[in-house]
Amino acid sequence: MAKLTLLFFLSFLIFSSSIAFQSDELLVDDDEFGLEGAKPRSTDLYTSSSSSPQQQQQTPTIRRRYSDPTDLDSKVQFTLEHAFGDSDFSPAGTFSARLKTWSHGGKTLTKLRFSRNDFSAEEKDTFKNLLKGDDFYRIRLPSNVVSPPGREFVIASVRARCLPRDGLDEHFIIHMEGANILAVSYGSPGACQYPRQLKLPAKWSFNSHTILKSSEQAPRTPIFTEEILGSENVEGEVEPPPERSFWAKYWMYLIPLGLVVMNAVTQASNMAEEPAGGQAGGAQVQPAARRR
Amino acid sequence: MAIRVFLTLLLFLSSAILSFSLYEDQAGLTDWHQRYIGKVKHAVFHTQKTGRKRVIVSTEENVVASLDLRHGEIFWRHVLGTKDAIDGVGIALGKYVITLSSEGSTLRAWNLPDGQMVWETSLHSAQHSKSLLSVPINLKVDKDYPIIVFGGGYLHAVSAIDGEVLWKKDFTAEGFEVQRVLQPPGSSIIYVLGFINFSEAVVYQIDSKSGEVVAEKSMMFPGGFSGEISSVSSDKVVVLDSTRSILVTIGFIDGDISFQKTPISDLVEDSGKAEILSALLSNMLAVKVNKRTLFVKVGGEGKLEVVDSLSDETAMSDSLPVADDQEAFASVHHEGSKIHLMVKLVNELDNVLLRETIQMDQHRGRVHKVFMNNYIRTDRSNGFRALIVMEDHSLLLLQQGAIVWSREEGLASVTDVTTAELPLGKDGVSVAKVEHTLFEWLKGHVLKLKGSLLLASPEDVVAIQELRVKSSGKNKLTRDHNGFRKLILALTRPGKLFALHTGDGRIVWSMLLKSPSNSQACERPNGISLYQWQVPHHHAMDENPSVLVVGKCGSDSSAPGVLSFVDVYTGKEISSSDIGHSVVQVMPLPFTDSTEQRLHLIADTVGHVHLYPKTSEALSIFQREFQNVYWYTVEADDGIIRGHVMKGSCSSETADEYCFTTRELWTVVFPSESEKIISTLTRKPNEVVHTQAKVNSDQDLLYKYVSRNLLFVATVSPKGAGEIGSVTPEESSLVVYLIDTITGRILHRLSHQGCQGPVHAVFSENWVVYHYFNLRAHKYEVTVVEIYDQSRAENKNVWKLILGKHNLTAPITSYSRPEVFTKSQSYFFAQSVKTIAVTSTAKGITSKQLLIGTIGDQILALDKRFVDPRRTLNPSQAEKEEGIIPLTDTLPIIPQAYITHSHKVEGLRGIVTAPSKLESTTHVFAYGVDLFYTRLAPSKTYDSLTDDFSYALLLITIVALVAAIYITWVLSEKKELSEKWR
Repeated sequence: MAKLTLLFFLSFLIFSSSIAFQSDELLVDDDEFGLEGAKPRSTDLYTSSSSSPQQQQQTPTIRRRYSDPTDLDSKVQFTLEHAFGDSDFSPAGTFSARLKTWSHGGKTLTKLRFSRNDFSAEEKDTFKNLLKGDDFYRIRLPSNVVSPPGREFVIASVRARCLPRDGLDEHFIIHMEGANILAVSYGSPGACQYPRQLKLPAKWSFNSHTILKSSEQAPRTPIFTEEILGSENVEGEVEPPPERSFWAKYWMYLIPLGLVVMNAVTQASNMAEEPAGGQAGGAQVQPAARRR
Repeated sequence: MAIRVFLTLLLFLSSAILSFSLYEDQAGLTDWHQRYIGKVKHAVFHTQKTGRKRVIVSTEENVVASLDLRHGEIFWRHVLGTKDAIDGVGIALGKYVITLSSEGSTLRAWNLPDGQMVWETSLHSAQHSKSLLSVPINLKVDKDYPIIVFGGGYLHAVSAIDGEVLWKKDFTAEGFEVQRVLQPPGSSIIYVLGFINFSEAVVYQIDSKSGEVVAEKSMMFPGGFSGEISSVSSDKVVVLDSTRSILVTIGFIDGDISFQKTPISDLVEDSGKAEILSALLSNMLAVKVNKRTLFVKVGGEGKLEVVDSLSDETAMSDSLPVADDQEAFASVHHEGSKIHLMVKLVNELDNVLLRETIQMDQHRGRVHKVFMNNYIRTDRSNGFRALIVMEDHSLLLLQQGAIVWSREEGLASVTDVTTAELPLGKDGVSVAKVEHTLFEWLKGHVLKLKGSLLLASPEDVVAIQELRVKSSGKNKLTRDHNGFRKLILALTRPGKLFALHTGDGRIVWSMLLKSPSNSQACERPNGISLYQWQVPHHHAMDENPSVLVVGKCGSDSSAPGVLSFVDVYTGKEISSSDIGHSVVQVMPLPFTDSTEQRLHLIADTVGHVHLYPKTSEALSIFQREFQNVYWYTVEADDGIIRGHVMKGSCSSETADEYCFTTRELWTVVFPSESEKIISTLTRKPNEVVHTQAKVNSDQDLLYKYVSRNLLFVATVSPKGAGEIGSVTPEESSLVVYLIDTITGRILHRLSHQGCQGPVHAVFSENWVVYHYFNLRAHKYEVTVVEIYDQSRAENKNVWKLILGKHNLTAPITSYSRPEVFTKSQSYFFAQSVKTIAVTSTAKGITSKQLLIGTIGDQILALDKRFVDPRRTLNPSQAEKEEGIIPLTDTLPIIPQAYITHSHKVEGLRGIVTAPSKLESTTHVFAYGVDLFYTRLAPSKTYDSLTDDFSYALLLITIVALVAAIYITWVLSEKKELSEKWR
């Protein structure tokens, strides 16, 4: 019983995760949950490193998900093509994936595998020429995976000098919309130094990283009812802003006031002195007058 | 002591008079507003009573207005919506102006004296068709005066008194299009002439009382009609056939239709495509053939006969009854820089009633339209005045051989705007010269003081206002220290460039674009866009700045382009060239040559890119940066965005060494079934960003991702591209993208479910604000997206900065994988928006304001702080101190924040901002049918004293202080002396 609940929970998890959040669909996710009895893979899951025919055959065949029997899965394959500078495009690798058709009609691509063909000797030479000339290495994918090439090919390019590191490092971000490929970002996984230095790769094998991305849903605009606003106001009243010190608030009034007061005090003291002095003076004068 | 108290009080007062918002008396000090109507389509003169002084016009900008015939001022004006084009205008009952608009589906009556709407009737319309308004003069049906309206397949008779539909006749089934409604005098039967599919002429005789068809006659015309028609009498019209080589006179006397064909070759030897010039001349017809104007007399039996011909192009007016049952018409033709206005009697062409010659400004182009009006002179003879519409859309009134007034209506259709500096002032202009005398100056300041102390009488207030306007020197034609005086260069649709002064909006100079080759194909290119060509500020200081005007011959995209270089100071065209290729996109490059001419790339339809200026120096500069020049194209119809890079010279195909080929680098292909591009936007290329980092309240740093190569794209589902509310929320969604235009990387992608366009957006620094409609909430929304760079986020440590272990100075390349993150927040906004702009200042320090052109044709200034994604419901104390406003679901609309205050910029289409030299201040220029200019200080004028600052008060205070010091010193001396004497 407990197992069943767990299973149910797991399947729910998969289902909900693929509906609510579809971006950054890596190869990892599916393999962790979905593939019962799949052979443990030695390679990094979202890095299908340099291709070999065996690996291509390893790609699992159509497997019905036990979690959601209404799904219609179908396997699709589409080719990656490349061109050196202005040359024509030629096949360079194969993507294979599962196309999930949801009950509401939407389609998503999952479990993307990529097998990259190695450069032939001739291609190596052309690539070296590209490196020398700091020219573009261009790739293209069909814009629709179900009926390739779809409307048009989706092209991406990179300066050839950005790719070589130890091997040839490449990084794909494929932007999907249903079964359509919108755009592909292609380049080195990290930074590409500028000015670009001429550097030949040590190994002529590709180290590929692939990410599938679909669009993110914008969050709903929050709607605050009067209630919340009201409570906020109340809260604001309850929690008065921290008092600034008396001096900080009123210094501009206090200084002139102080001046005025000081003035008044000195004046007053002067006044107090003066009449006293006057009287004294008067007293002195009068006798003097009398003396005359 | 009393003095001291007074002084402290004075000090207080002088510091307290600081005003930050606009007061009533400040309106019009820095801002100006100009009202226009657009190019006049129809003009109707009114001949009785007070209406004599007026003319009613309707324009291509969908304005109906009443103008003063004496001065050209607008008595009243109504701007109908952009989709509510006016088809006809007339005067009914002598007191109502009748307008027919929206393809004959809306009929309105306006009160002639004041322009109040009297009634409005929506007429039933079933199909698109030509519409026609006919206001019969003498037709009276049971105390009612019907107006005959055709539109949308229906003929309506509408009561002129209250707009009630008297009767309706359905013509939708036959596809009948009414061309003319004629009414024989003294009868209640009206003749309605029309065509069916332009091949069959039909005349209906309709009883105007009931709308019943009394008789109907039709006749096929196998050749087909072209649609041009001219009425010559109450029972005859002349039309042109579809080949434009045969004139057909259609007579329908007594219910019989008769055709009479006259080939134009019979009338004149060198025949060609003909054009009917006049719409209404009695027994006469004006035809334009091969640039010649023929006057053709229509005889009693439909016989045509050439009576006169003019060799030059001529504009004609309709005929007008003058005394003794005679009709006259006006014609205007050019001769060099002069135009000749002639008024002739229709029956006797030799009898010229009026012949006037007027010197005309070359920059007005040719005469497009003439409307004639007659009046009784003081000596009881007939006088004529003519309202003429020129090629540059200006409207002029000619009377007694002079231009009585003119209106520059081209400014109602501004297409592109840029700003330019004024020339430097000459040295040695002293203050005294500006301010006349010291006495005047003092008087002015005393007045100001009175005003600020609220002691001024009403007369004083007026005097102060006058003084302010005058003394600010804002109208001078020289550069000022603050950069408040500038030229606004506005390019208009007819291809005329205007330079407006920011001080008062007057036209400093204007220039009509000319075709460089004067070829037949391109007589007058229309202006597309305007670029800063040469702005000398380091080198070539003795050169005048100039602008580049890009024009095009013809309307299709492959039409050859025309470049024109215009001196900004003088308004003279320096040079112009026919570039021989089409213009799809003009890209100013960030390079200038030794004379500070900016390099521009122009892309054509073939996919080539052309470099301008065509000098070897420019070429060498460009070759140096050849590798790093990228550009992109947006194919909105196909939903594809392409990135390109320079490939090489296209010398293999053409010998032009300034022409380059490009190759495609990247594409973004939007799925056609779910997304359609509705808006794209980039940052302004000359925008200045002051700081790259933003400090959080918790002393954390955020680095803005400031890139010139970002493109904002908004797409909607194809279904949702229509009008708001035409789809359900489930069917429509809006997706926005931020795309790097060098590599085509999508840096940000966000979809709004249940939302719909139109999207209006503004892009500045590292943020985009966009406005759209939320179908679920039934409200407009505004969303802000800010994009931050994470690759430099580690540079927070001071020690790292000191020791130089940071990557802040490392060059940034688009080929590195961008580590960016975005923040976004949405708010409701209560208004529909026409356009959004943002203020721009010289150094970018001053905080920004969004300038939102609302549906009410006003401009609302909204602080950027209101659209800050860091707003939270309960900001902490530190956040509050930083200026973060508590989050609300709706953006506030504060009435005082309308920078247009009481004005309306009718038909608002765009807002342009430009920095002044003073950091706090920005110029704002809004255009539509009207023009509006003001200066804004989004963070108040913190770097200058306000205009109201009372220097006199300061002076008096100082003088009083000095005097007080002196007096107290004398007093204390005296006192000391007396003490010593004691």
